[in-house]
Amino acid sequence: MTDTPAPRHIPDRLDKPLSSAIFSWEALLVVIASAIFIVNSFASPYFLDPWSLSDLTFNFTEKGLIALAMALLIISGEIDLSVAAIVALASTMMGMAVQAGAGTPLLALIGIVVGLGCGAFNGLLVTRLGLPSIVVTIGTMSLFRGIAFIILGDQAYKGYPESFAFFGQGYVWWVFSFELALFLGAALIYWFVLHRTSFGRRVFAIGNNPVACQFSGVRVDRIKFILFCLTGLMSGIASVLITSRLGSTRPSIAQGYELEAITMVVLGGVSILGGAGSILGVVLAAFIMGLVTFGLGLLNVPGIVMSIFIGLLLIIVIALPIVWRRLREGRFA
Amino acid sequence: MDTTAQRKVETQPSLRSGPAASASPRLTLSGISKSFPGVRALHNVSLSLYPGQVTALIGENGAGKSTLVKIMTGIYQPDSGEIGIDGEVTTLPSAHAAFGHGITAIHQETVLFDDLSVAENIFLGHAPRTRFGTIDWRTMRKNAREVLETMRAGHIDADARLKDLGIANKHLVAVARAMSIDARIVIMDEPTAALSMKEIEELFLLIEFLKNEGKAVLFISHKFDEIYRIADRYTVFRDGEMVGEGLLKDTGQNAIVRMMVGRNVDHIFPQREPKIGAPVLSVSGLSHPTEFDDIGFELRKGEILGFYGLVGAGRSEVMQAIAGITRTSRGTISLDGRMIAPRSAADSIEAGIVYVPEERGKQGVVIGLPIFQNVSLPSLARTSKSGVLRLVEEFSLARSYTERLDLRASSLSQDVGTLSGGNQQKVVIAKWLATTPKVIILDEPTKGIDIGSKAAVHGFMAELVAQGLSVIMVSSELPEILGMSDRVVVMREGRIAATYDNKGLDAETLVRTAAGIVA
Repeated sequence: MTDTPAPRHIPDRLDKPLSSAIFSWEALLVVIASAIFIVNSFASPYFLDPWSLSDLTFNFTEKGLIALAMALLIISGEIDLSVAAIVALASTMMGMAVQAGAGTPLLALIGIVVGLGCGAFNGLLVTRLGLPSIVVTIGTMSLFRGIAFIILGDQAYKGYPESFAFFGQGYVWWVFSFELALFLGAALIYWFVLHRTSFGRRVFAIGNNPVACQFSGVRVDRIKFILFCLTGLMSGIASVLITSRLGSTRPSIAQGYELEAITMVVLGGVSILGGAGSILGVVLAAFIMGLVTFGLGLLNVPGIVMSIFIGLLLIIVIALPIVWRRLREGRFA
Repeated sequence: MDTTAQRKVETQPSLRSGPAASASPRLTLSGISKSFPGVRALHNVSLSLYPGQVTALIGENGAGKSTLVKIMTGIYQPDSGEIGIDGEVTTLPSAHAAFGHGITAIHQETVLFDDLSVAENIFLGHAPRTRFGTIDWRTMRKNAREVLETMRAGHIDADARLKDLGIANKHLVAVARAMSIDARIVIMDEPTAALSMKEIEELFLLIEFLKNEGKAVLFISHKFDEIYRIADRYTVFRDGEMVGEGLLKDTGQNAIVRMMVGRNVDHIFPQREPKIGAPVLSVSGLSHPTEFDDIGFELRKGEILGFYGLVGAGRSEVMQAIAGITRTSRGTISLDGRMIAPRSAADSIEAGIVYVPEERGKQGVVIGLPIFQNVSLPSLARTSKSGVLRLVEEFSLARSYTERLDLRASSLSQDVGTLSGGNQQKVVIAKWLATTPKVIILDEPTKGIDIGSKAAVHGFMAELVAQGLSVIMVSSELPEILGMSDRVVVMREGRIAATYDNKGLDAETLVRTAAGIVA
């Protein structure tokens, strides 16, 4: 305890908002994004064209939508590894509905409802049975995609109605796609929920100390269940977009998306241990991931190398804060 | 250095009499002090252990017993003082060094490995090797069986997995391990806490065996019948100081209780004139399958009701049941004459009962969040509007309660983890008071906090009841119980042993009731 004389009045805050903004993780992400943007514009003459920039956004909007909900889930101390499998299952169900003659609105509804249902299933297993989410969602990852494989085998569903193509291929204005608009709109909503509502505050609190939250009358299980439902819902929405963009469903659709979504979340400054993070960081990280993969694409780097890159990036962004802290402690010890 | 130690050993007063007057102590601790930030755990304490004798270490919770055990096993280093083994001054810089001197501790919960075999547990770290450096399994099993035989514990299969044994047999394995490293000093830290009567008998046979083998045994227990049954000597600690030692056959239970309790003059409790009103909370027949049974009491408006008992008497469990955190099997709780059946902490808070938990770090504060967000956490429904946060409301709520508690912080946006224990406790109490409860349950409200913060918490409790709030205070600190309570409920082994009016009540009565000693 520091023996400062008793301050009768305790100020709300001491740090200057501006200086803390300059040294924030988000500011660093802006710098990184700008640097990659500049490098890309030198690396390829086609990069600065508005339409190629528009194409770039398709690299992250679908995963980014999942990452928004995943960010809340990871902040609360849980994780969902089954998101890509949910995309596959939802897409398969939409494909079956197409064969049965369903129209565009019903298809979109099916995708969203299947996603929500899968999320609720994960949430029930975690909160009712008290199982660790990493184990539950590894299980459901195999389960959901397994169902897609059983239904489809090595077949593919095609024949989606023309109007269905709007979700993944349409533009709302000039080069701004529906996907990008949806991503930015969703980001705004998630930002508000996480940073401006009591629900968001409870999510942070749970991630820092779930036991104390329970003692404080926070309905921890209910909030975690809602977060799993939201993650499923966003996976369902992402499934509608991907299926619409590709115009077909294969059981291997969206393979590896869970890792890219988690990488976005962690790169965005969300603590993998829970309790800290921001939506702005996740949005910036989504842009960076899009810029990097698009840049590598322009340079004709094959997909396999890209997945190596994603893996390395994930390890680095998880390890960096931990190594950094150890180095600092070592110096002061 | 050496000569002073020798002299100290020779002038041990307890050597003058006793069953082993000729023997010199195997282990002597003299003038040991140990402080932690804000807490003086041990001050100039001494302890001697004699071969072939059991010494009981007696003291209230927080008297410094566990700190001493950790010093003896090399986990903590004393700030000052000397450790002598067989009259030679030595140091125990690590657990390994203590092990090397033949000091071993057997804890309440055995620190053995459930998934290893009995033989592996006994010889872990010193297994016999073949000439290729690999473990000689055959010899290890044979030696394990031999050790168990000599302890008359041949019924334990050396190949059994430890997790398949009962707790008493696990203790036997722990002792076998001590035997196998040729331990000369065996520390038993509340070894009977989790045992049944029959298992305790078996443990006592074992301690007799250790005595006959010439081991020096330190036996830590709260239970007087056990101490008188098995120990030869006693040492009493109070508030980190040694206040008495001697032979048990010369000393009565009441004399030891007096030493444990002593007089505490360094803390003055607030003077108050209780204005006690009608019953607010009444509990009857409250039961839990394992933790407590048939709990009934009444709490009145403006009253501080103290709950005293030994650790494990079930006080916290009862309180957590009232606060909706643990479920009950039977019984009723009513608040202001209306029955309530809280199924979660949220239900209790809504009804007007809050529980300030004992485990401040685990159950109280949310480290990582700033002070004001910790305070507003259970009151978010009130500080926000249609689910949208209103920071102005949160800050003013946090300010009004933390300033009343004289919180020392540089700003309300400071991470609560950067505060001292006492100030964290003020944040926790502020958080609960901000919900404007009718009944506040404080579980060990001043455990591990500095004197200044203690006084602030006590002063505030007096202020609360003066405003008509009702307080239940669970405490293991006798001065606090006697200094603050209007009435005192004493619990023993999951039941209410007695309820006293705090008029002319003395500490010895409470300790006797809690320990089940008939006066």
